[in-house]
Amino acid sequence: MKRIAPIVTGTTPPPLALDCELTTEWLVAFLRAEFKRRGFRKAVVGMSGGVDSAVTGFLSARALGAENTIAVRMPYRTSNPQSLEHARLVTESLGMVERTIDISAAVDGYLENEADADASRRGNVMARMRMIVLFDLSAKYRALPVGTGNKTERLFGYFTWHADDSPPINPLGDLFKTQVWELARFLGVPDAIVNKPASADLIHGQTDEGDFGISYAKADAILNWLLTGYTPQEIVAHGFAASDVEIVRKRLGSTHWKRKLPTVAMLSPTAIGESYLRPVDY
Amino acid sequence: MADVVNLTIAQFQPKKGDYSGNLKRFEQLFESFMSADPRPDVIAFSETVLTGYFVEGGVRDVALPASTFALDLNRAFRARCTGQVDVVAGFYELHENTYFNSAIYVTLGGDEPVIAHVHRKVFLPTYGLFDEERFVEHGLGVRAFDTRWGRAAILICEDAWHALTATAAALDGAQIIFVPSASPARGAWPQPDEEIRGPASMHRWERLARDRAEEHGVFVALIQLTGNEGGKAFPGGSVIAGPHGDIRARAPLWDEASISLSLDLGDITRARASSPLLADLRTMLPHMLRSLGRAGERE
Repeated sequence: MKRIAPIVTGTTPPPLALDCELTTEWLVAFLRAEFKRRGFRKAVVGMSGGVDSAVTGFLSARALGAENTIAVRMPYRTSNPQSLEHARLVTESLGMVERTIDISAAVDGYLENEADADASRRGNVMARMRMIVLFDLSAKYRALPVGTGNKTERLFGYFTWHADDSPPINPLGDLFKTQVWELARFLGVPDAIVNKPASADLIHGQTDEGDFGISYAKADAILNWLLTGYTPQEIVAHGFAASDVEIVRKRLGSTHWKRKLPTVAMLSPTAIGESYLRPVDY
Repeated sequence: MADVVNLTIAQFQPKKGDYSGNLKRFEQLFESFMSADPRPDVIAFSETVLTGYFVEGGVRDVALPASTFALDLNRAFRARCTGQVDVVAGFYELHENTYFNSAIYVTLGGDEPVIAHVHRKVFLPTYGLFDEERFVEHGLGVRAFDTRWGRAAILICEDAWHALTATAAALDGAQIIFVPSASPARGAWPQPDEEIRGPASMHRWERLARDRAEEHGVFVALIQLTGNEGGKAFPGGSVIAGPHGDIRARAPLWDEASISLSLDLGDITRARASSPLLADLRTMLPHMLRSLGRAGERE
């Protein structure tokens, strides 16, 4: 009797591969709907020179028009000059409105009173200053700030709370980093941006993957298994290194609070968000 | 009973919570649909079509009795149309001091609307992104009902994901099963079937509509909501499946759209003659019911 191999040997998490054309349509429709509902026609996007903000800019240009997308470059004096150049690659290739706001004076104005601030605190001050800029410019241009955080950094808590995550809408927040890269290639984001290592650009030479101790490719795959309900032991049994699974599990498990609104003491039977429930678009 | 049913399905994008504004748009839609040749016998809309789906505690604000909903639909129809039409439409219902996710089958055009049936959603999704059981109660059954053209049944969204509901509807004589739905798109990965572009969840729906139709030799009209509710996209992709499991019509992704077509009820006869699964099931039903009863008693 002829022996036939099984097609699959068990269930696996949903594929990480994207139908990029469909995803683009989906996200453009999302942006258009949210802007219409909220009564805005213009977007402000913090353009860091990285792939997340580039993809967000490309999507915004498709949804609203490049002329309605205000890309804001916000360098600090220690930022890599290449970041500024890469941000310009995006704005120039799409013909967006570009603003450059150097945040050095504002950040240093505060930090001169806090000389002992370590790199983490300094990075948080920069991130929060950038949000002050974005929200202020949103008032100036009557535009809506658009967030750029991806699913991997949200799940890792790799962002400044109430800063990077504060814009009211975010088209990339349910896409893992590797999916953002795939979408970036489809959208035509310049290679120089797609192919460079991801970095928060807070310290010279810093990379996301260096900070994590694991590559995005491995982290996204493991996150995909964890979110689908597989235990760390089961994931290791599927061929992942136990040390990698532990890195991911630990980051995920220790940052749930960062994905939530502030904790409010509940006293009444009508606590907002607990008993009194209305959706954001109601 | 009619040989042919002229059906229009409308993939509608409501403005969230704006019942009156959405109803106003229905006047224009009714006028447009009724100017077609042939005029529709039935116009079918999606689940929660005049309020949007994710309203959470807002059910208390937007729910209304079926009689009120029918009167409102009748007023909207008579504002610009004459004659009669049957309408299937989903709404949040206040019934006997209790909230339900319901769909009405009602004849419009007379001085008073005539309600043939109100189906109350039996299977309330309460998992993942869904939380229906928190806000509405379960309907307690599925049945077919008589209409001006023949016999129909309604299943709302997850109701149709359970094989038993369509089975009950078909055994009860339904020739067309209407499935008003509000199903957010999920799954952006590439699909093997290139004929159908869309999210994975939409593919699942189409498979389901075809399978239910083919198993029982019925028409299945799946009417999806469209639009975006707080980041959750209703993709559209409504379909009408024929009794051979054939797709008769497919609405586009993302956008509002309507489809009108004539359903030859003789197709049901031909499908059941060549594949008498429903008759076989009816014969063996007493045994199957015993099996179900036994299985249902397992703890």
